Amino acid sequence: MVRFQNVGMRYGIGPEVLRDISFELAPGSFHFLTGPSGAGKTSLLKLLYLARRPSRGLITMFNHDLSTTPRDKLPDLRRRIGVVFQDFRLLDHLSALDNVALPLRIAGANEAQVVEHVTELLQWVGLHDQIHARPPTLSGGEKQRVAIARAVIGHPQLLLADEPTGNVDPDMGMRLMHLLLELNKTGTTVVIATHDQHLIESFNRPRLRLDDGELVLAPGLAA
Amino acid sequence: MMFRRRTDLQLAADPAGRFLPSVMAVMVFLGTLSFAGAIVLDQAMQSWSRSIEGTLTVQVGDMKAPDSAARVAVAVDLLKATPGVVSATPLDKAAVDKLLEPWLGKETLATDLPIPALIDVRLARDAELDTAALGARLAQAVPGARLDDHKPWLAHMVRFARTLQWLALGIVALVGLATVALVVFATRAGLAVHNEVIEVLHLIGARDAYIAGQFQNHTRRLAILGAIVGLCLVGAVLVALAGIAANIKAPLLPKLELAPRHWLMLAGIAVLAVALATLTARITVMRTLKKMM
Repeated sequence: MVRFQNVGMRYGIGPEVLRDISFELAPGSFHFLTGPSGAGKTSLLKLLYLARRPSRGLITMFNHDLSTTPRDKLPDLRRRIGVVFQDFRLLDHLSALDNVALPLRIAGANEAQVVEHVTELLQWVGLHDQIHARPPTLSGGEKQRVAIARAVIGHPQLLLADEPTGNVDPDMGMRLMHLLLELNKTGTTVVIATHDQHLIESFNRPRLRLDDGELVLAPGLAA
Repeated sequence: MMFRRRTDLQLAADPAGRFLPSVMAVMVFLGTLSFAGAIVLDQAMQSWSRSIEGTLTVQVGDMKAPDSAARVAVAVDLLKATPGVVSATPLDKAAVDKLLEPWLGKETLATDLPIPALIDVRLARDAELDTAALGARLAQAVPGARLDDHKPWLAHMVRFARTLQWLALGIVALVGLATVALVVFATRAGLAVHNEVIEVLHLIGARDAYIAGQFQNHTRRLAILGAIVGLCLVGAVLVALAGIAANIKAPLLPKLELAPRHWLMLAGIAVLAVALATLTARITVMRTLKKMM
């Protein structure tokens, strides 16, 4: 599914923010990505959701070597990835429904099915009353649920979430985690970046731990 | 449930796009007006050419000379005997005075100014006449006789009109270039404003063409609006100019009335301007996005 081999990454001519990262995510696996602030979690996620290319090393995703994958093939790979951004990155002028529908519409899905699926999912995450609300009128927790709904609506093969339960109350946090677990049970590989030790301990799943740009804990890696 | 029309990029609120319709209106106005000028000049050239086609003028010395009538008669006989000549009619003094009066004035004509005797020659349609040879024969038969086929005069007029026509087409091309520059600027400004949303769209799988489609549709809408205004303005100006020109009695002044096909050509220029703006927006977006991951 995903394989990193000696990957390094830097922004511009700055120092490397990730060094010698090597790990493998098996199809259908569920990982927590942890580490202190500034350890490189978001940078690693950026590599995973194809927002950046590595400065060195080899990344293989869905059996594609990214160093040789042409730019025009990236949209096909990105459509297999769902992302929950830490700052949500919702489109403020679109309704919750239109925001969640974006991945389906971009992929050219049938409009009637889009509406049906999106409405159903928004109801599931408790936003049935906010379907036509725009993000600026939603609370942080509601925005987060819209962001999660947008990430999972296309049933991605890889789901990446940056602090997906950071802005919701514990009950809703659990509900959202169960949504991600359900998705995982259907075969989606899930990586959740979080600081929340309680969450990590509640769900006994393998961890990837970053510290100062280096992977210090990974399945198969000596701690 | 039905969705209302929506776009992923909120381009309608862009400051750079707000002035696009008004500038497009000016561009289409200037472009179509210049093109209309080129059409009018073309019509004028055809009209001038038609007016002298199949005619020649022969000058035979001074009309007041004692042997003038005899010399004219010899020239007329020679002309009539020439294949291709349908008629050769000497102009009487009144007719010649009428021709010269606008240029010389009545007082000058009343003096002893030498006035040439003129023969108006009409040629058969499709007559292949060697005017140089005819002129030489005339000069030999009637010393001092000179044949004028008006072609040097027409050549000067046509050369001048052609220059103006190229100038008008050059203005059309410049207006096109200015339109391209304007759309590139507005589109780049839009790309900068919406950079974050574009990145999100990319990350959820949008292809460059999907994003470019939104920019090109937006630009097309604004360009159509501007083109309609520009076309209406140019229509009003041309109709007004035609009305003014109709009241001026000047035979050389080109007619400003445009045929339906000419109006269609002007509309075609506006359509081309819209297509140019749309294509420019698309190419600008595609080229800019190529630099992103």
